[in-house]
Amino acid sequence: MMIPACRLADLPRGEAHRLDIDPPVSVFHTDDGELFAIDDTCTHQDASLADGWLEGREVECPLHASKFDLRTGAVDAPPAKLPVRTHEVVVDEDGMIHVRLSTEAPNLPPCIAARLAGGPA
Amino acid sequence: MRTVAVVGASLAGLSAARSLRRQGYDGRLVVIGDELHRPYDRPPLSKEFLAGTLGEPELALETDDEDLRAEWLLGTRAVALDHAERTLRLADGRQVRADGFVIATGAAARTLPGSAGLAGVHTLRTLDDARALRDELALGGRLVVIGGGFIGAEVASTARALGLEVTVVEAAPAPLAGPLGEAMGAVVSALHADHGVALLCGVGVKGLSGERRVDAVLLEDGRTVPADVVVVGVGARPNVEWLEGSGVVLDNGVKCGADGRTSLAGVVAVGDCANWYDPRSGLHRRVEHWTGARERPDAAIAALLAGGAVAPGVPRPPYFWSDQYGVKIQFAGHAAGADSVTIEDGTPDERNVLAVYRRSGIPVAVLGMNQPRLFTRWRKHLAAPL
Repeated sequence: MMIPACRLADLPRGEAHRLDIDPPVSVFHTDDGELFAIDDTCTHQDASLADGWLEGREVECPLHASKFDLRTGAVDAPPAKLPVRTHEVVVDEDGMIHVRLSTEAPNLPPCIAARLAGGPA
Repeated sequence: MRTVAVVGASLAGLSAARSLRRQGYDGRLVVIGDELHRPYDRPPLSKEFLAGTLGEPELALETDDEDLRAEWLLGTRAVALDHAERTLRLADGRQVRADGFVIATGAAARTLPGSAGLAGVHTLRTLDDARALRDELALGGRLVVIGGGFIGAEVASTARALGLEVTVVEAAPAPLAGPLGEAMGAVVSALHADHGVALLCGVGVKGLSGERRVDAVLLEDGRTVPADVVVVGVGARPNVEWLEGSGVVLDNGVKCGADGRTSLAGVVAVGDCANWYDPRSGLHRRVEHWTGARERPDAAIAALLAGGAVAPGVPRPPYFWSDQYGVKIQFAGHAAGADSVTIEDGTPDERNVLAVYRRSGIPVAVLGMNQPRLFTRWRKHLAAPL
């Protein structure tokens, strides 16, 4: 599924744009001008990676110290143990950023996974 | 280097072991831990684990497919380091010879004199501590927390959510004044009252009463606070007694440089027991935070493997977080030495604040309450090159 995110012109380098879908996805514009899209929720605890520390092609969770590789979704260190999904980013001729959502199952932190499963929050 | 011994099997020790392998060390790796458990994560012990929403398997720090090719000597502690012989002596009589040593023995919870042997009195540092406390909190009743620091506040928050009647006793006029300064310490500590937890400040604890089991906390002003369970959260002291006489210079823990190197060649220190030199402030600081235990071993291992031939980088400012009453509290930098604190965003009354601490106009620390995005920006700003 392709989802329009925002205009490239509205997303400065070093910033992220969060799509409030469920689960949320974020587009990152690195300082080097690359675009990446990954699941926005840290796999350790409910935190928005769009609020995190973007450096190179990595984003560090804003709460704890786990870093995710924007290219692969891989996590480098605890407390998170599972990767996030990556999504394809396409910029159309009008300068609009689109995200093609991954069809894999997301790795969500326990509290969110429980909520989506209909269990206690 | 053919053998490296890591003394301590918690986050700092595990991070050191991982750094060794990541940095290309291919030799024998021995990890010694005084607990029987494999490395586990401590922050949830006062929160999700205590509340029963996170189980022991989730605390594991190692991943399923991880193989550090380490020899794990668990359930035994190091009792001496003989640097001339390059040998560690363990409590069970074994000896480990190594070329490199990583000291990661952490810190132990301070206790209250006279509380030994009294049932219902807890400290919270280890998984076993947390199991025991969790079982008692499940019975409900009245909890008194001695010490209004972060561990005490988190336990109070968790216990309150479990339905206990909670009182926090703090000897200082305002809790958290040490790490956060008085003004912001008061703002964060106001969370207790918001949630019906009594906070008694500026009064010391004279002792505990009870025969076999605690039944009350006696305050120095004569008051008696009835208690079914007591948690003592009055700080920790570094576990370095075993190094006395080893030649490793001790000063509020293991004194080390900006790269974790100690006074002895081939010996580095990491985690809560390490008193690192901080080039930003020009002072040695022993920082008992998860993030330091996770990040600093990278530099210490680089120094160990290079024999000190690499110049240490400037570490990121210390960072820690706390979750209390559903509020995410984040802090980076050093509040001590700041001459001003200003609230840049949010309002204290709504327990939603981004505050910046400055010294001579230069930001030296930042506090966030439920402000992760702004906090990250300020934290990056603090970490900018000197």
